[in-house]
Amino acid sequence: MDLLIFQVPILMVQASLDGALLGILFALIAYGMALQWGVMNIINIAQGEMVILGGYIAYTMYVMGIHPAYGVIVSPIIMYFIGWLLYKLVINRVVDRDLFISILATFGISILTQQLMNFIFGADVVVAQSNFGTTLLFDGMVTLPNAKIFSALISIIFATGLVLYMKKSKLGRAIRATSQNARAAKILGVDTERVYATTFGINAALCGVAGALISITFTLHPYVGLPYTVRSFMIVIIAGLGNLPGVALSGMGLGVFEEFSDYILGTEFRVGSVFTLLVLILVYRRFRLSRKREYLE
Amino acid sequence: MVSTGYCCSSGIGSSGKRAIDKLKINHDYGGGKMLKIFRKTLVATLAVVALMATTVAQARVDGNTITLGAAVSETGKYSTNGKHTRNGYNLAVKRINEMGGVTVGGKSYKFKITYYDDESNSGRAAQLAERLIKQDGVKYMLGPYSSGLTKAIAPVTEENKIPMVEANGASRSLFTKGYKYLFAVLSAANQYLEVAIDLAVEKNGGKPVKIAMAFEQDAFSQDVRLGIVEAAERTGSKIIIDDKLPKELNDMAATLAKVRATRPDVLVVSGHSKGALTAIRQISEMKVDVPMLAMTHCDASKLAKQHGKKSEYALCAAQWHKSLSYSDRFFGDGKKFDSDFTNEYGYAPPYQAAESAAALLVWKAAFERANSFDTKKVRDALALTDMQTFYGNIKFSNAGQNIAKPMVLFQVRCEGNKCENKVVAPTKWASAELVHPIPKWSDR
Repeated sequence: MDLLIFQVPILMVQASLDGALLGILFALIAYGMALQWGVMNIINIAQGEMVILGGYIAYTMYVMGIHPAYGVIVSPIIMYFIGWLLYKLVINRVVDRDLFISILATFGISILTQQLMNFIFGADVVVAQSNFGTTLLFDGMVTLPNAKIFSALISIIFATGLVLYMKKSKLGRAIRATSQNARAAKILGVDTERVYATTFGINAALCGVAGALISITFTLHPYVGLPYTVRSFMIVIIAGLGNLPGVALSGMGLGVFEEFSDYILGTEFRVGSVFTLLVLILVYRRFRLSRKREYLE
Repeated sequence: MVSTGYCCSSGIGSSGKRAIDKLKINHDYGGGKMLKIFRKTLVATLAVVALMATTVAQARVDGNTITLGAAVSETGKYSTNGKHTRNGYNLAVKRINEMGGVTVGGKSYKFKITYYDDESNSGRAAQLAERLIKQDGVKYMLGPYSSGLTKAIAPVTEENKIPMVEANGASRSLFTKGYKYLFAVLSAANQYLEVAIDLAVEKNGGKPVKIAMAFEQDAFSQDVRLGIVEAAERTGSKIIIDDKLPKELNDMAATLAKVRATRPDVLVVSGHSKGALTAIRQISEMKVDVPMLAMTHCDASKLAKQHGKKSEYALCAAQWHKSLSYSDRFFGDGKKFDSDFTNEYGYAPPYQAAESAAALLVWKAAFERANSFDTKKVRDALALTDMQTFYGNIKFSNAGQNIAKPMVLFQVRCEGNKCENKVVAPTKWASAELVHPIPKWSDR
């Protein structure tokens, strides 16, 4: 156990800000997953690979001499169509089936995407440079990369846009209706097939945005998608399905928790501590649920 | 090719099952008939075994060709480094064959390599080594890319008493298991960054230093870490941060914030290409000042190209650099190898390609010294290797580790926006003076 963070309290500020900025970015990926899980009842194992593919789109722009930040506009557009196409080719065949079948199908997509990215972009680890600079706080003792601040702002803009779209637009309402009861929505004239395709496309587009942001804040490699899938899965589990504000809070909370456990327990326990937290939350929920049942009886 | 293996083994399995069924049925009719079938089966088995034995004898040296076997990654996460490995092997085979090949018993032989794609997967690599040895009859092996895959193949070659010269497995654990048929032309992982600690102590007026380090949790990086721990003990230096980075993590912000708060004299990072790129990205973004930064995989990650001036002054460990003055009659010196390789494959050779080419030079010399194709004799000749190649001196310890070649340290240096690697240690080959301490970010 390392007590450095208590001896140098300014590290707490750094840890909280780093964690929150990281968490917001993860929450954006989790938003897409929650939406698609809620509407289509599909757990997308290929979520991380879609993020990385989005990142490669931004990276390709960077190689062509365009600033990778423009990737947050181009990448979601391309990814929307890729998502839509994937729905028409694969997902629509598994959407009403057993959850296990859809997990297998998306697992297949994930392997295929990894190998295709490896084939097209190569197995090298790559980064895109934003050259956004750094914000110095507290006399340089706390430093925040502007690329991370930019990522958090863009994530908030897209997440807010999504919430408004779901509330105000006609298609957004159709998506919500389908998520509540697909059969009833169909009877009332909602084209559920179109709703599903759009939902999958929106999720892919959000992954595209997140990927473009990751290309300028972290690194890209065809095989690093899985941690993003797992992280977004955890955020959704903790927040609960259909709870979009919960996703943002749970993303940030997990980010901060992760940073603090890194300082206190050591970097090697960073991922482990997040998983332990997940187990504790699930056990606590089950405990609460069982008490509720007893009360009802 | 791979599917044939599965097809044949399942074929043997089903025919075997049929034979057993037949035996079961015949059991009811009496012993005589059963004995006949048993004899027939025995003769057939012996015939197959004899046929396999002749195929094996033919395959190791066929006509005037010596076949070497290698499982190297064409797909998966090691595919780029697998390509460097293959290109290094191929260039050396081409050069040796052009220059008269290998002379054994007064006759000239050419090298040929049988390759399989190990898919960057250790299970697959071990399977393919079995296949190369048992089915293709390969008697002499070349190593795959990475410590992990070499560790998977070594037990197979050892069990079959097949000598393997490997060029891309540096993990120390390869040399502690008592392997007799494994020979590595490269320096072991624990030697990678020891020199950096010695340098830091030297620059500190011979006094011990404070070390911060972050290593990925894989066999190779942890071996590099062990080297640092030993160097720290040797010099009386103190390790103040010792972080183990999870494999899936590409965020080092917490480690770097701790570095800023504790002000060590040297920061050591090793976590393959991802670790090197993440470290430079976050050190430059978080404006973390350290007097010395030592890393691995700067070459493989194209650090100077990808991060440009941000990577300036980083110290990097490398097995080889083109500016070293070693030479041999096949490739000349490092610069000549660099230009020949670039002409052939269209890119400058990273050290992975150079060490792979050196493995073939070792094989050639061993065959000629053994003057035989007997694996035992060739193995003994390999063990006595003591030679110079363009890549460096090669002499094996009893464990098969190359003990004649030191690691080199280079420092990324930039002129304008053009950055390149300049050798700074050992001083014998230094092409530039070490810049120490690294200028502060506020002055850069």
